[in-house]
Amino acid sequence: MRVAVLKGGRSLERAVSLQSGARVEEAITALGHDVVAIDADERLVSRLKEEDPDVAFIALHGPGGEDGTVQSLLELLGIPYTGPGISASVLCMDKVQAKHRMRAVGIPTPDWVAFGATAFRELGAADAFEEIEAGFGLPLVVKPAGQGSALGVRFAGDPGAVPAAIVGALSYDDRVLIERYVAGRELAVSILDGEALPIVEAIPEQADLFNYEARYEIGRTRYVCPAVLGDAEADAVTAVALHTWEALGCGGFARVDVMLGGEGVGPQVLEVNSVPGLTDTSLLPIAAEAAGISFESFVERALELALGE
Amino acid sequence: MDPARPEDETGRSPGGRPHRRSHTTSADVARYAGLFAQRTTVMRSSAMRDLMEITSRPEVISLAGGLPDTSTFPPDSFAAQMTRIAQESSAKALQYGPTEGFAETHEVIEEVMRAEDMRPDPGDIVVTTGGQQALDLICKTLLDPGDVVVAEGPTYPGAVPVFCSYEADTRQVEMDDDGMRVDLLEELLAELDREGRRPKFIYSVPTFQNPGGVTLALERRRRLVEIAREREILIVEDNPYGLLRYAGETLPTLYSLDGGDYVLYVGTLSKILSPGIRIGWVCAPPPVRAKLVLGKAATDLCTSTLSQYFVREYFAEGDWLAYVDELRDVYRSRRGAMLRALASYFPRQATWSQPDGGLFVWATLPDYIDTTDLLAKALRENVAFVPGAAAYADGRGSGSMRLNFSAQTEEEIVEGIRRIGAVVGEQVGLYETMTGSFEVVQPEEQDDPSTSSAARSGGDGANPGPASGDVLPFHRKPLRD
Repeated sequence: MRVAVLKGGRSLERAVSLQSGARVEEAITALGHDVVAIDADERLVSRLKEEDPDVAFIALHGPGGEDGTVQSLLELLGIPYTGPGISASVLCMDKVQAKHRMRAVGIPTPDWVAFGATAFRELGAADAFEEIEAGFGLPLVVKPAGQGSALGVRFAGDPGAVPAAIVGALSYDDRVLIERYVAGRELAVSILDGEALPIVEAIPEQADLFNYEARYEIGRTRYVCPAVLGDAEADAVTAVALHTWEALGCGGFARVDVMLGGEGVGPQVLEVNSVPGLTDTSLLPIAAEAAGISFESFVERALELALGE
Repeated sequence: MDPARPEDETGRSPGGRPHRRSHTTSADVARYAGLFAQRTTVMRSSAMRDLMEITSRPEVISLAGGLPDTSTFPPDSFAAQMTRIAQESSAKALQYGPTEGFAETHEVIEEVMRAEDMRPDPGDIVVTTGGQQALDLICKTLLDPGDVVVAEGPTYPGAVPVFCSYEADTRQVEMDDDGMRVDLLEELLAELDREGRRPKFIYSVPTFQNPGGVTLALERRRRLVEIAREREILIVEDNPYGLLRYAGETLPTLYSLDGGDYVLYVGTLSKILSPGIRIGWVCAPPPVRAKLVLGKAATDLCTSTLSQYFVREYFAEGDWLAYVDELRDVYRSRRGAMLRALASYFPRQATWSQPDGGLFVWATLPDYIDTTDLLAKALRENVAFVPGAAAYADGRGSGSMRLNFSAQTEEEIVEGIRRIGAVVGEQVGLYETMTGSFEVVQPEEQDDPSTSSAARSGGDGANPGPASGDVLPFHRKPLRD
C-alpha cells in the first residue's frame, strides 16, 4: 500500500507537525507500506495527483491541515484520509463553534464570550469588559479562537491585563475567545474509533500553568497514564469526552481536552484536537500505549479506519 | 518496497531507504528523560524556536538572522585559493592540526587584531570553531553550576543558551545609548558582595552590541576595565563587529585598555570573511589559555585544518581589508535603508537604536505588545525578526525585537519594515481602541514633540549622526564615573 504522510505546512505548529510526521513515517515503513512524505506547500495538490497514494495520513497541525481544508482537497482527489471528516474538522478547529455545539447538547464547557477583532473598533466591545469580569471572575483565559496548540493562550489575572492578552491572542487568529478559568486537573482523553483510551493527566513540573513549552518538551511536564482518578470521576470524564466526540461528529481518532474542576464543577470540556500531536511526548501515543496499542498498531488502525475497513 | 520508486534511486544505501530506527514509545521517552543531565532542563527551547522554524521559508523576508552577505565574496578568488591548497598542500590540509591552531592562523589573527590597535601575544591565542565555541569553552572552563555571569541586558541571543547549559545564574545589566550602565553594574556587584557572591566573568559585546545596536562609551570602557582589576573579575569581550563601523570614531577595545590581564578577548572571521569557515579565536592569559586548550581538545581536537589553510591563503593575498571596506559600504547603505524605513513605517510609540556599526537595530514597542506573539502575526505577512525575549535569560525583553540589516537587499529591508510596521500599527490601534486611551505610552524624554520629530527624520542613512536619547529604548541617566 502506498501511504502519503502530509506534514509540515505553513502553520505555526510546523515544527511539531514535522516531528509527528516523521514518527508516523517510521511506523508506516515498519508496517511494510510504501511512504510518500509530503511537506505541504503550494505544490501539495499536484504532488498528490502525481504520487496517487492509496491513502493519506494527515499529520498537519493547525490551520490548513486541521481545519477541513486539506480534508476537502483530499475528498476532491478521491484520496481517503485519517482522522475526522471535513465538518468535524471545521468544528474542532473553531473553538467557538465547538463550544456552541457542546452547550447545545448539554456538554459542560466553561462559560465564554468571543469577538472578532473588528468588534472592538466597530461595536465598542471593550465597554463590556466590566460585565465579562463580573460574570466570569478573574483570572480570565484569553485564547485565539482557531489555534490548535497553546500558542497565544494567556491568563489575565487583573482587569488591566485583559487588553494586552487580547492583542496577543489576536496575533494568531482574527477572533478571540475569553473564557472562565476552571481550576483543576488537566486531562486528555484520546479516542480511537469511538473507544476512549486511558486518560492522561498532564502535570507541569515547574510552571503552574500548562504552557506551550511544557507541552512539547521532555522533562517539563510529567504525564500520568492512566490518570489517578476515582472510578466515578474517570467514568464521568470519559463519558463527556465520548459525548463530545459524537456531538462534533468525529471519526478515526481525536483527543478531547478536559479540565476536571472541583466539587460542583466536574469535568469541563475545553476543546477537541482533530489532529492531535503524535510526537514522542504527545498524549495520544502515551494513551494508546497504556491501552496496549503500540504506535505502529495505532497507525495501522488509523489507516484501516480511513479506508473504511 | 518497490525498487522502481524514485525515492529509492538516491543511492544512499543498497537497501534503498536509509535505515530508521523504530523507537520512541513513551517508555523510551521516559527512559531517556531519566538519563538527561539536570542542565538539560534549563536549556532554552520554546515556542519561539518553533516560530523561527518558519522564518527560513523562501517567501519570508527574514530580518531575524545575523547572517553576513556572503554573496559579495568573489567566487573566482575562492576557487583560486582552494585550487592552490589542493595542488600545494593537499595532504597537510586534509590532516589533523594542533589544538590551539596553526602558527600561521595565529599570525592572521594578530594582523586582524592589529587593525583594531591590539597587540596580542601569539602565545595567548587559541583558534576556535567560530566565536561561539570560544564562549562555550570559556563557560566550560570557568563555570560551576549556579555561578554568576553578568551580561548586558539585552545580550547576544546565542550566548543565552550557552550560559543556561552551564547552569549559570545570569544577571543582566541594563544599557542606554552608551552601552552597559556601568553604575548599575557596580550596584549589582555590591549587592552580590553582600550575598557573598562574585561573578566569574562579565560578558560584554561593547562595540555595536548584538542585539542592542549600541556602543560602550570610552569613559565606561575605562571604568569597566578598572572594576575588573579592582575586583579581580574577568571580562569576556566579544567583538565580532569592531571592523564594521559605518559612522563615528573608532574606540579602543577593552582588551587594549586592559592589556589582556583580566580581559578574555573573543574574535571571529565570520563577519569580515565568512561564517561558513567557522574560524574564531580567544586570547587569554596563559593559565586560562591552557585550560581552554584542554577543553577544546576534549570537544573537537582541533579547528578545521582545511579552513585554516583557506584563511592562510586568503590573507596571504594581502587585500583582506579591501573586502571589509566593500562590506562596510554595502552594510552602511542597508543600515540607512532600515533606519529610513523605520522612521516611515513604525508607529510613533516605537523607539529604536541608531547603530554606528554592526548588523542590528534594536526596536522597542509599547509594553502591551509581546513580540513573540507579534512574530506569529508578522509571519502571516511573510516577514520575520528575533523577539526580544531571546536576548534575556530571565523572561524580560518581550516588548522589543532585533532587526538585522546585513542579510537582505535594501528593497527587501524596506518592504520587511513596512510589513512589520503595519502589524505593529494594527496592534497599537486595537489596544488603544480597547482601552479608550489614545495617550501615548512613552519614556519621559520623548514628551517633547520636537525631539520626536527629529527621531522620525534622524536616520538619513549615510550619516545619521550620534545616537540621541530620544530614539533609544533605554532610559538615559548621567554617568556616575
